[in-house]
Amino acid sequence: MTRVAAGGRIDRNTELAFTFDGKAYRGYAGDTLASALLANGVHQVATSICYGRPRGIMAAGVEDANALVQIETPFPEPMLTATTVELYDGLVARGLQGQGRLADLPDQARYDAMHEHCDVLVVGAGPSGLMSALTAARAGARVVLLDDQPELGGSLLASRNQLAEWVSAVTSELNSLATVRVLRRTTAFGYYDDGFVLALEKRTDHLGAAAPPAAARQRIWRIRARQVILATGAHERPVVFADNDRPGIMLAGAGRAYLNRYGVLGGNRVVVFTTNDSAYTAALDLADAGAAVTVVDARTEIPQHPAAECARRGVALKAGHVVTGTSGNGRVTGAHIAPYADGKAGARQGIGCDLLLVSGGWNPTVHLFSQARGKLRYDESLGAFVPGSSVKAVRVAGSAAGVFTLSGCLSGAADAAVAALQELGLSSAPPALPSLDAEPETTPGLVLWAVPDKGDESGPCRRFVDFQRDSTVADILRATGAGLTSVEHVKRYTTIGTAHDQGKTSGMIASGIMAEALSTDKHQVEVASLGTTTFRPPYASVAFAALAGRDRGEIFDPVRVTEIHPWHLEHGAVFENVGQWKRPRYYPQRSAAGSIEDIDTAVLRECRTTRESVGMMDGSTLGKINVQGSDAGEFLDRLYTNLMSTLKPGFIRYGAMCGMDGMIIDDGTVARVSDTEFVLTTTTGNAAMILDWMEEFAQTEWPELRVNLTSVTEQWVTIALVGPRSRDVLASVAAELDLSNEAFGFMTWRDASVAGIEARICRISFSGELAYELNVNAWDGLALWEALIEAGKPYGITPYGTETMHVLRAEKGYPIIGQDTDGTVTPQDLGMGWVVSKKKLDFIGKRSFSRAENQRPDRKQLVGLLPVDRTVLLDEGAQVLATADLSQLPVPMLGHVTSSYRSAALDGTFALALVRAGRERIGQRLHAWQDGELVSVTVTDPVLYDKEGARRDG
Amino acid sequence: MADPRARRSPLAGWAPQLQALNGAIRAQELPFLTQLNLRLDSGGPAADPVAKVLGVSLPTVPCTSVGSGVYEVLWLGPDEWLILAPAGSAPELMIALREAIGSEHAAVTDVSAQRTTVQLSGPGARELLAKGCAIDLHPAASPEGSCVQTLLAQTGIIIVVRDGTATDFLLLVRSSFAEYFAAWLVDASVELTEPA
Amino acid sequence: MQLIRCPWCGSREEVEFHYGGQAHVSYPENPAELSDAEWARYVFFRANPRGPLAERWVHAAGCRRWFNAVRDTSTHELLAVYRIGEPQPEVAR
Repeated sequence: MTRVAAGGRIDRNTELAFTFDGKAYRGYAGDTLASALLANGVHQVATSICYGRPRGIMAAGVEDANALVQIETPFPEPMLTATTVELYDGLVARGLQGQGRLADLPDQARYDAMHEHCDVLVVGAGPSGLMSALTAARAGARVVLLDDQPELGGSLLASRNQLAEWVSAVTSELNSLATVRVLRRTTAFGYYDDGFVLALEKRTDHLGAAAPPAAARQRIWRIRARQVILATGAHERPVVFADNDRPGIMLAGAGRAYLNRYGVLGGNRVVVFTTNDSAYTAALDLADAGAAVTVVDARTEIPQHPAAECARRGVALKAGHVVTGTSGNGRVTGAHIAPYADGKAGARQGIGCDLLLVSGGWNPTVHLFSQARGKLRYDESLGAFVPGSSVKAVRVAGSAAGVFTLSGCLSGAADAAVAALQELGLSSAPPALPSLDAEPETTPGLVLWAVPDKGDESGPCRRFVDFQRDSTVADILRATGAGLTSVEHVKRYTTIGTAHDQGKTSGMIASGIMAEALSTDKHQVEVASLGTTTFRPPYASVAFAALAGRDRGEIFDPVRVTEIHPWHLEHGAVFENVGQWKRPRYYPQRSAAGSIEDIDTAVLRECRTTRESVGMMDGSTLGKINVQGSDAGEFLDRLYTNLMSTLKPGFIRYGAMCGMDGMIIDDGTVARVSDTEFVLTTTTGNAAMILDWMEEFAQTEWPELRVNLTSVTEQWVTIALVGPRSRDVLASVAAELDLSNEAFGFMTWRDASVAGIEARICRISFSGELAYELNVNAWDGLALWEALIEAGKPYGITPYGTETMHVLRAEKGYPIIGQDTDGTVTPQDLGMGWVVSKKKLDFIGKRSFSRAENQRPDRKQLVGLLPVDRTVLLDEGAQVLATADLSQLPVPMLGHVTSSYRSAALDGTFALALVRAGRERIGQRLHAWQDGELVSVTVTDPVLYDKEGARRDG
Repeated sequence: MADPRARRSPLAGWAPQLQALNGAIRAQELPFLTQLNLRLDSGGPAADPVAKVLGVSLPTVPCTSVGSGVYEVLWLGPDEWLILAPAGSAPELMIALREAIGSEHAAVTDVSAQRTTVQLSGPGARELLAKGCAIDLHPAASPEGSCVQTLLAQTGIIIVVRDGTATDFLLLVRSSFAEYFAAWLVDASVELTEPA
Repeated sequence: MQLIRCPWCGSREEVEFHYGGQAHVSYPENPAELSDAEWARYVFFRANPRGPLAERWVHAAGCRRWFNAVRDTSTHELLAVYRIGEPQPEVAR
């Protein structure tokens, strides 16, 4: 056991049992998996992805690039770092070799999202973040403070209770304020536009199997902040040397955190290799805990204060030395040290050790700042990039801003908050700074990326830059040797920075090594000019389940339904998705024996019944737009290809709309209600688009027209009652209405009571049969539907779905915009020149019709196709060829099949197609290519049923 | 008229699940309310007569609503309002409004069935909406009388703020989206209705 | 998630809006008088600068009003929003 007798922030009264790599261990509440493993003397937790080398724990936080684990219980989860997994009772995990395993069972946990708004968002609750949040909170601002740890304090948690009382007092004050939301275990992983920050809160992960099932396990916070303060701290940077990847080699700050926060002494014989002052705190703390410590400092001049403190404790100090390599079989057993001068390492000697702490300085955590489009500046003395520009409404405080004294962090953080409050118009009195012990003056560190190595780079002594990718100094040199000079190219060539840690410890070093490699005697390449790779979100790994949130299962996407939907469900309808709508496709019948009709049989039956007697369909999904105003007619004249202003109240006209390019975009009916009111219909899928399109013209191009548009799609339930007996059915429930052709002719509408429900009845037909379209207030829709079903029973009425609707309309050659057209088809191409007004001076699309391209005789035109073998159903989308000779490649294509069905009325299959110069080819034999075979077809007029329109009036 | 008992509101099937919500959240459909869409120049001569009919002036501040006791008038656009009125009053109110408007350029459209109305209340109401809505409904940002047209999860919605503590809202959702909305709402309320 | 300021409703998330292309390209007075080339220029050709561009937007999920905005196409920053009928404001890039 390496747990020290006392101290740390763990709860020694709460023991937790866990299993790692099949062995049972115990830890304490407050441990991470990493600290608990170290406490049990487990240093090797993973294996490297390419070379299979043993790997340990190198950090104490999210920056760890090594300690990848797979959680097995309570739920399999791959690719977590042991340093970010809070220990819980019953945790079962194992170390990984670079890749984990996704669960093969569904995740039962909830993941959700929450929007939050605040005046000031503070990211990071270390000393700086706490100070900023406190300042803002006391000024009355709405504050969100978030931090990835389970308790606030940040870097102070790794200290020997430094400012502990202050942290605790600030924490309770912030928790007590209604205007402040403190989010722990929460990582801000992306900064987007306009103060929008996404953060992942791990809400119940730390409870393991004890997590309440109803509570969302993880939550994405969508935070919109007016001002943002980034107090994200800094990541310690290692120094690269040969065999720097053994278990037992970790960052100096991590060694200190494990001791002070988790009560774990990582080793008894400790070598601390540093280039700067910061690692001395670790050396001194570990020495005070009883370890034998040797400090190896690359600098020849050691500042007086740390030198004296080392001497006082008997800590050996090797100034002007570096670690050049390590030994060990698994865990580190020794460090090779050598004098270092003029960038060269001298003769090496070995020191035995079981823990090697490394510090090459600190990289400010500038990820979010950079994502906020902040420019970075290379700081030569830090050997790191720091915020180098100002970004609107974003401030950086503390070590994230390159400030590395506690007093500087605290006062700077208060200043940042005051400035943010000022922009919000809030006055503030910054709280008093906590009193601090005098901080020793810091002396500049030495910037050292990699210890030079004389050895064979390709041999077993590798100098690792990115542990997770097993990428080495040699890989970088190979990249620069191949002529790569951009950090982005080298990143992709070497894969450095592309693993789960996204190069938090390796990216800066890679830039530094590159700069040295690219420099020659004549030309010095600066790190500043090389820059860094782009800091893209997410800052830390985020599970896709969290991003999906509640948009899964039944509420993955809205399902729009009509008021008659419950009936469709009850009667076994098979549904089809039309946009977000669920529409009945057909209604299979169940035989007495229990067998269910297939789609072909059901549709043939529905078609036959409708053509021979009567059928009905729920057409409520059609878009409906109410148009009012004294210029309504003029407005519609400008948008439709035909004349609408001449329509008389009580009458209905079919209309088509084109885009500016003359291509048809929608069609429907227009009913005139009064001199100043029309109701028009759009295709189901285009309802919103057409309303936007019409509004754009009304609001932007012709604001002088007195016209108003209102969507009434869902105001009305629309039922099509279709077939030769539809008049009889309607007559039985609308006794007061004269349904004779003379009194109620085709393309007119009447208001009447139907089965006691007020209805607007339109005599329109999308099947060629006598038909009525009944529109009622949606609340009454289901009652009307049921009344019509009842009234139709004597006639064997059938409900029918979209499939039958398609067959019936296609038999009549009626195109469906969006199925038989694709945005390149004019009304003339559809054979609908009759819908294009010759009288109107102008309308949208008119000028395009006379463009040469649209006058070509060989444009694709809508025709009918009859397979020679009338049992063969053509594939929709099948290519239409002029010749059966396939020897001459490429075979010229004439067009494609747009609609294809089996028809009861036509006693066989048929299709609609867009074919070059199709109307000239009527009567010709062409060929369709499908399933690797040619199907011979005859070109026909698209109208295949009741050409003379005899059935329309019943 | 049809037998009113045969009428079916968009959330009729969801009534038991909405009723079952308790604790921090209460939700119920207010079915069959009269809803009229009004398009009018608020500075024109018809504005005053219309105000007389409604007993209240049309709100001209964007994203607000005003109530007269009988009617609730929601700002939908610079020349567009939604008038909420007691169930069954659409025909008379439409006639009264059209008379008040006379020959002025305007439009009155019955859209009573276009959307359904849900009252959402309780101390957890704001948090519930925050799960799917990007609008800041904190009383400081959305005081009583606020009325926003926006998105909730994946549906359009009109949110009317009915008190100053963000515990009482009217939500209007397109009828075809109502079942999705109810499913979302019941799902989102899981943590808020669980006993603490 | 960018915010777009609707001239009526104020700042809202960009998902509430639909894009309408370049603004101030009015429908020709008399299309019939235009040559094919002139008409094609109106129908198919739009400016595509790097920098400020006046565009039409509609607050589709809100008040359904169309409005104009000047957007810097290289940063997406909305430099100005203004109502239909108002002149295009001068913007500092």
